[in-house]
Amino acid sequence: MAKTDIIIHDKKDNVGVIVVEKVNKGQDCGCWIMENDASNNIKSEAEIPLGHKIALQDFKEGDTIIKYGHDIGKVVKSIKKGDHVHVHNVKTKKW
Amino acid sequence: MDIPKSFLGYKRENGRAGTRNHVIILPVDDISNACAEAVSNNIKGTIALPHSYGRLQFGADLELHFRTMIGTGKNPNVAAVIVIGIEPKWTKRIVDAIAKTGKPVEGFSIEGVGDIDTIAKVSKKAQELSMWASEKQREECPISDLWISVKCGESDTTSGLASNPTVGNLMDKLEPLGVHLCFGETSELTGAENVCAKRGKTKEAQEKFMKTWSSYNDFILKEATNDLSESQPTAGNIAGGLTTIEEKAFGNFQKIGSREFIDVLEPAEEPSKGKGLYFMDTSSAAAECVTLQAAGGFNIHLFPTGQGNIIGNPIEPVIKLTANPLTAKTMSEHIDLDVSKILSREMNLDQAGDELIKATLKVANGRLTCAEALGHKEFVMTKLYRSA
Repeated sequence: MAKTDIIIHDKKDNVGVIVVEKVNKGQDCGCWIMENDASNNIKSEAEIPLGHKIALQDFKEGDTIIKYGHDIGKVVKSIKKGDHVHVHNVKTKKW
Repeated sequence: MDIPKSFLGYKRENGRAGTRNHVIILPVDDISNACAEAVSNNIKGTIALPHSYGRLQFGADLELHFRTMIGTGKNPNVAAVIVIGIEPKWTKRIVDAIAKTGKPVEGFSIEGVGDIDTIAKVSKKAQELSMWASEKQREECPISDLWISVKCGESDTTSGLASNPTVGNLMDKLEPLGVHLCFGETSELTGAENVCAKRGKTKEAQEKFMKTWSSYNDFILKEATNDLSESQPTAGNIAGGLTTIEEKAFGNFQKIGSREFIDVLEPAEEPSKGKGLYFMDTSSAAAECVTLQAAGGFNIHLFPTGQGNIIGNPIEPVIKLTANPLTAKTMSEHIDLDVSKILSREMNLDQAGDELIKATLKVANGRLTCAEALGHKEFVMTKLYRSA
């Protein structure tokens, strides 16, 4: 089994979670999609720590982040595929 | 795995079973704490439950105070109870309600007597009850005597990925065996409230959930100065990679597996619709939530954590699990079960769920939890509004 650097809950998700201590910029990362036990790869565009999210596609302002197959917030600053997704570029839709 | 069908517990007079055998000294109010603590210092095998409230409360807030006090005394992990209050009337109300379980309970009031004579009098009774309770033996009890509450804390993305789903896997396996289950944290389901409501087994349960959540949300919108971004998610959550309350909510929600809840409980309310999963309206602050669930009659608690919450409870053992490999390493004295191997795919959820069942039964049979060994006894009353 290839090394898993990133776990994706649901095949609909457009972000994944880093499950190793960190991934480095330019690293070729192994992804595991839990829902259907599929694997794929993505190149990281930033250093991202354990537990933080990586973008699986390009996003523009106003786009929706999907995790667990559900809407978890809106993009407030455009994000490139492979970039770090967190409070600097995503906000809740609640408030 | 063949799930054991029994555990070794303490059978109580009302037919429930305890995983612990505590003799508690319960102060009705803040000013009776000193007396309660002096008695528990005098008499080995007793534990005082000091707290901050119980004076000049009124309405629903006072009712919740009584429900928490009474429920704590009634919990099957408690063998016998001494209640101490400044005045006799509220003390008696609590004593009479606990007495309905058939367990030994006695009340004392301090007014007109003073601390010193009260301590002497109560200590004699406490000694008698402690020695009486020490004779109790663990007996074989059906696994359905377990009432399991769950609450997560200092969550991060590893909680939603692995430790919360491990709890969900345990729920999926144990619910058919007739256990009672309880989840809460009204505020932390925000963002997943509609999906959560759909898990109500009946239309009535679904509507009750939405009413409870909306009432909480209205309160937040009324009291909040701007929004909850500073508190939900917490700084610890954000450091762990959680970005929004919605993400936290969907991760939180993994704890109930694929179960449906049969009813919505008031804070500290005892379930009355038989075995199965219940939602209790609680704060998401760990100590408040577990105190309310223990008062609802739950006798063992599962607590998944990401960044490392350290909470314990004086009467309900709190079992901690984490899937965060750093937390498992740096805070190992707080972690009863490490399921971080899920993340490296060396363990699957089914195996993790089995490990959690084994750990739960060990603790039900008497093994101390990390929080018990470290002396964590957080007993925290939920206050609904200011006192008169």
